[in-house]
Amino acid sequence: MADVIKCATRDAYGNALKELGTRDDILVLDADLAKATKTIAFKKEFPDKFIDCGIAEGNMMGIAAGLATTGYTVFASSFAMFAAGRAFEQVRNSIAYPNLNVKIGATHAGISVGEDGASHQCCEDIALMRSIPNMVIINPADDVEAKQAVIAAAEHDGPVYMRFGRLAVSRVNAEDYKFEIGKGVTLRDGQDVTIVASGLMVAEALEAADKLAEEGIDARVINIHTIKPIDKEILVKAAKETGAIVTAEEHSVIGGLGGAVCEALCEEYPVPVIRLGVNDTFGKSGPALELLKIYGLDAENIVAKAKIALAAKNK
Amino acid sequence: MEEKKKLELKKLAVQVRKGVIEGTYNAKSGHPGGSLSIAEIITYLYFAEMKVDPEKPDCENRDRFVLSKGHTAPALYAALALKGFFPAELIKTLRKPDSILQGHPSMRYTPGVDMSTGSLGQGISAAVGMALGGKLKDKDFRVYTVLGDGEIEEGQVWEAAMFAGNRKLDNLVAIVDYNKLQIDGTIDEVNSPYPIKEKFEAFGWNVIEICGHCFCEIEEAFEKAKKCKGKPTCIVAETVKGKGVSFMENQCDWHGTAPKAEQYEQAMAELDAALAELEA
Repeated sequence: MADVIKCATRDAYGNALKELGTRDDILVLDADLAKATKTIAFKKEFPDKFIDCGIAEGNMMGIAAGLATTGYTVFASSFAMFAAGRAFEQVRNSIAYPNLNVKIGATHAGISVGEDGASHQCCEDIALMRSIPNMVIINPADDVEAKQAVIAAAEHDGPVYMRFGRLAVSRVNAEDYKFEIGKGVTLRDGQDVTIVASGLMVAEALEAADKLAEEGIDARVINIHTIKPIDKEILVKAAKETGAIVTAEEHSVIGGLGGAVCEALCEEYPVPVIRLGVNDTFGKSGPALELLKIYGLDAENIVAKAKIALAAKNK
Repeated sequence: MEEKKKLELKKLAVQVRKGVIEGTYNAKSGHPGGSLSIAEIITYLYFAEMKVDPEKPDCENRDRFVLSKGHTAPALYAALALKGFFPAELIKTLRKPDSILQGHPSMRYTPGVDMSTGSLGQGISAAVGMALGGKLKDKDFRVYTVLGDGEIEEGQVWEAAMFAGNRKLDNLVAIVDYNKLQIDGTIDEVNSPYPIKEKFEAFGWNVIEICGHCFCEIEEAFEKAKKCKGKPTCIVAETVKGKGVSFMENQCDWHGTAPKAEQYEQAMAELDAALAELEA
């Protein structure tokens, strides 16, 4: 495992924007966080197409909406806490309701923000954004996926919320990987239980599947990068074929991937679903990797949850 | 201003007011007070100021209008109908589920509506974005937005004002409908936004104070705004909430109450009399 490439998805965001910058219709907005969101990569290459709105996220979303009405494809960037949290209502009313072509690049999502602590560790953004009609939500697992997601978002007509992390995470996808909005990816086949993961938990899910295999448990691993619209087909198939599901996400267990998977399955093919995520609590300051352990967001806990799911299925 | 043009605009403003009463009466809800106060401003914008074509509502080079105080949609709808963006009889469908005229403006339902608004403080940011888009694209269209005087209590208004001033968006005009009343009382009682002129000036705006019911002053203000380079313009238009319907004037309670049958008859009779006087 020594050769695994590690890269933060926020870096992929900046790099992808740089590639998109040659398009006439692309503008990038930020709210005084360009160095952290990595939009600085775009700013350096295309200073005339970069607009710093200052520390005023609600206004930035409104400006993005107004620019979109004049024909631009606008990327509006901030930390997840402020993009989805503070500016929730501007995103809802000024962007999603009129279905405008604004892409929200939300970095520093989840507990892995680290030392900045609870005020900046947004574990509610997917729940917030998922409740808004017209919104597409993408939570990429690694830099390869993140970069393609940004390109796909630019092609998509309408609002997209992209969730990126601060922490460098292991690459799980090959260079020739092909990303498609709304299409889940089976990374490993299995018949006993399915681990449905998103974001940095995808790498943990693959590791968990290896550990489960050592104990003779055959786990399927699905990467759900698009939380909305969710790939119901791949989930129902997994429910039918494996009969038990574990969800794993760096987000609250309320309203995120776990919630979306439960909603997708309960009406069509209900099976036991065990959710692993941030357990309805605020985070704390600390090194990101340590925090992920403290909040149970790792392969060991996925293994434990998989066994609970298996037991529920066999009851 | 030529007398003929002024008379024509005055008649149109009465027609806008009739549309406001017709719409809110049929909807049995809505916001007549602040719709009536902006009748002259919106009439001037659509019939004397803005380059818009009802045949091409999405034309790239058109001037844009954002009703930041979106609850006064009845006035906007009345003006759009008079201009020919959609048939006037649709005014009676206001606030009905299958109507193109939603309770607050929606750019996806209504031809001629340039931005969906309704949540106070948000429209001005979108207008700022449009003005910036025009500058970036080297287009010469202008952007107009109408705010309520209560609405400027929203912090987002000042985020937008700061940005527009810093970016020198001289293709943007914000009109504050200074009618001095909001839902819970007078603006100074509720949470005083005074001084309005000095606040906008401090944010780098060119500010012009006028009577919002006087077409000569409105025209002069918009002409001054066009000549002002390097700054966005704010027109503080002093108005009377409920203007034109005697029992609605200066009454907070008519902010968000629709007229009942008897009140509707009286309001329409007053407006018809005003129209007859102008036509005589």
